[in-house]
Amino acid sequence: MSWLTAENLALAFAALTALSLLLYGILDGYDLGVGITLPMQNEAWRDTAIASIGPFWDANETWLVMAVGLLLVAFPAAHSAILHAIYLPAALLLIGLILRGVAFDFRAKVKPAQKRNWDWTFKAGSLLATFSQGFMLGIYVMGLNYQLSSVLFASFSGLCVTAAYAMIGNAWLIGKTSGELQRHAIATCKKAGVLTFGGILAVSMINPLVNANVYAVWTEPPLAYFYAAIPLLCFGMFALGYLVLKRLPLPDDKGAWLPFWLTLIIFVCCFAGLALSFYPFVVPNEMTLYEAASSKESLQIIFFGAVFVLPFILAYTAVAYYAFRGKADDLKYY
Amino acid sequence: MLDTLILSRIQFAANISFHILFPTITIALGWLLFYFKVRFDLSKHPVWMRAYRFWVKVFALSFALGVVSGITMSFQFGTNWPGFMETVGNIAGPLLAYEILTAFFLEATLLGIMLFGFQRVPGWAHTGATFLVALATTLSAFWILALNSWMQTPVGFEMRDGVAHATDWLAIIFSPSFPYRLTHMLLASALTVCFLVAGLSAYRLLRGDNKKAPQLTLKTALFSAALLVPLQIFVGDLHGLNTLEHQPQKVAAMEGLWETQKGAPLVLFALPDEENRQNRFALEVPKLASLILTHQLDGELQGLNDFKGEHPPVAPVFYSFRLMVGIGLLMLLIAWWCSARLYRHGSLTPLQLKLLVGMTFSGWVATLAGWYVTEIGRQPYLVYGVLKTRDAVTTIASEQVAITLSLYLLLYAVLLFAYIKTLFVLARKAVDVEEYDLTQPGLPERKANTTTEGATA
Repeated sequence: MSWLTAENLALAFAALTALSLLLYGILDGYDLGVGITLPMQNEAWRDTAIASIGPFWDANETWLVMAVGLLLVAFPAAHSAILHAIYLPAALLLIGLILRGVAFDFRAKVKPAQKRNWDWTFKAGSLLATFSQGFMLGIYVMGLNYQLSSVLFASFSGLCVTAAYAMIGNAWLIGKTSGELQRHAIATCKKAGVLTFGGILAVSMINPLVNANVYAVWTEPPLAYFYAAIPLLCFGMFALGYLVLKRLPLPDDKGAWLPFWLTLIIFVCCFAGLALSFYPFVVPNEMTLYEAASSKESLQIIFFGAVFVLPFILAYTAVAYYAFRGKADDLKYY
Repeated sequence: MLDTLILSRIQFAANISFHILFPTITIALGWLLFYFKVRFDLSKHPVWMRAYRFWVKVFALSFALGVVSGITMSFQFGTNWPGFMETVGNIAGPLLAYEILTAFFLEATLLGIMLFGFQRVPGWAHTGATFLVALATTLSAFWILALNSWMQTPVGFEMRDGVAHATDWLAIIFSPSFPYRLTHMLLASALTVCFLVAGLSAYRLLRGDNKKAPQLTLKTALFSAALLVPLQIFVGDLHGLNTLEHQPQKVAAMEGLWETQKGAPLVLFALPDEENRQNRFALEVPKLASLILTHQLDGELQGLNDFKGEHPPVAPVFYSFRLMVGIGLLMLLIAWWCSARLYRHGSLTPLQLKLLVGMTFSGWVATLAGWYVTEIGRQPYLVYGVLKTRDAVTTIASEQVAITLSLYLLLYAVLLFAYIKTLFVLARKAVDVEEYDLTQPGLPERKANTTTEGATA
């Protein structure tokens, strides 16, 4: 197979890693978002909100294992360079994920008096996870250093990512719930949307200013004209989303999934924007994905495995989403 | 302050020790749940669904802890042990990738159907999901043990410029120690679950639960244990012989054998003295070690003197091995004694029930001890004969590792406490449940006078 050169394999794995990361952001994004905006004032709402993500969160988190795993096996040098630089925030992310993952299960099994404590743990763990993810992203964008300006930017990025997750989480709840809780989710989604919009706008302006490469990508014609479609689409979705949220809820629950799909497009746009900004670097300005790739033989072995297995993964994921379609109001834990 | 190497080693040991507790439960418990579900499908007798409903909760909790502690592992390789992937990444990478692709997604996705799908999918699909989750946990064990066995007995590769390149993937996956290690671990999982199920069922019976389900699960667990403990001892012996062939210094450390000798004694107990390279207060059976390991009274066994500077620290391997074997023998005794009584009289004495409650987590201790034997026994190597542990460690400052290590230790202590406590809370809750209620398809609810639990995760 002559087209399966080392370069093409490296590119294919970069695409696969990026896809896993994007899917993680969207999928675990909505369940993290449900976690950080968990309504502490109403236990029945919390039960429904958590039931809506119950069947999915485990598989959602697997995309993180997949993304980090692919980075580890396909780009080991980059994996160690990146994780070396973000050692502490990564540990905080893991602790956040551990806390929320177990709180999820404990809350259903402990005495009623302790349930609320685990709900707080769930919320706090989700918040810790989303903030450290945004922080790590910020440090990455700033070239993996800890100067004061980088830390400030990374903290801001942590807030933006948290807002974005809150937005997609509540967009998910709008589709999955009804009545009072749905109205609450609509209001929360609106607030989170405004914050996310501001955050994306700020990051899009700062990123090209601190990175000469990024500035070149977005300003050099002729490709820059095509790339301009990405922010246009992204901000268009925000405008559309605002109009939709103002009108919801509609009779017969029409359009309840619209905010989620719009948010999904926003996530894809942001991700594409970042990917374009940094290609071909996998460690910003230091290591390209071609330099970081593993040996061709090993990549080939994983490539065939992935090509064979991915359709099955997509198929049974589709089955799971089909089985749990519709509102989560009556969803019970075994 | 301890240096980065020793802190990273403690952190890795802490993470993987905590992590392995939960797969050890889910691997075998998955199959046990499948068995309950199939018995229910065939007989439609609600007691099987009752057993399923109780143990699927334990499964879900264990699974969640296993998933979240497992994510930590995938970060650890890069953060603390970059030299591992730099040197053997071409081999470890694909094995890990196959675990994620073939096992992680399958179990994580279908677990949702298993836990929430009773009324959402047809019964056969639910049984199918249970089967696939059990299969996926076992597949996961297959891949991870393939990697671990390769690290113990590496074959099928060549070194080019200090980096391992695969030459024969079948040889890598089925490395010499793999069949023994996999069987030993799967049986360890089965026994851990047997004693967990027996322990919690005995706890329910002691608290006056006179329903059929705990009696049934107690019987299933005890009879299985009575059959599996001797099998495990046999497999463990084969595994030991395999280790003698490939890693003689590990066996020498397990046996506390400082000098090469013919007709070596079996050291029942001693205090290994690393400095003077001898055992103190040794209690020995003459010639027995040679007989067990070489099947000859005068067989020669290599001692640690043949591997100076290349053998593991003796004391932890020596003690862990005795702990594992000790618990194994205790399990044999208790499983047979209780099974015999249960077979003849149909019930156990309160003393036996209490003993079983005490043994609830004995499988964990034995499994951990066994892993310590094999992992510490591989030192000073990370990949036996290929890569030394100290050459793989990160350059991250020791303060940072110290911070994360203390956070992890604190978190793990709290979670372990919460986990064990919750299992007993679940058992106590189950005591108060009505015997059967067929208003829902095999879904008994709680007694009418207590409020129903909310919808939950």
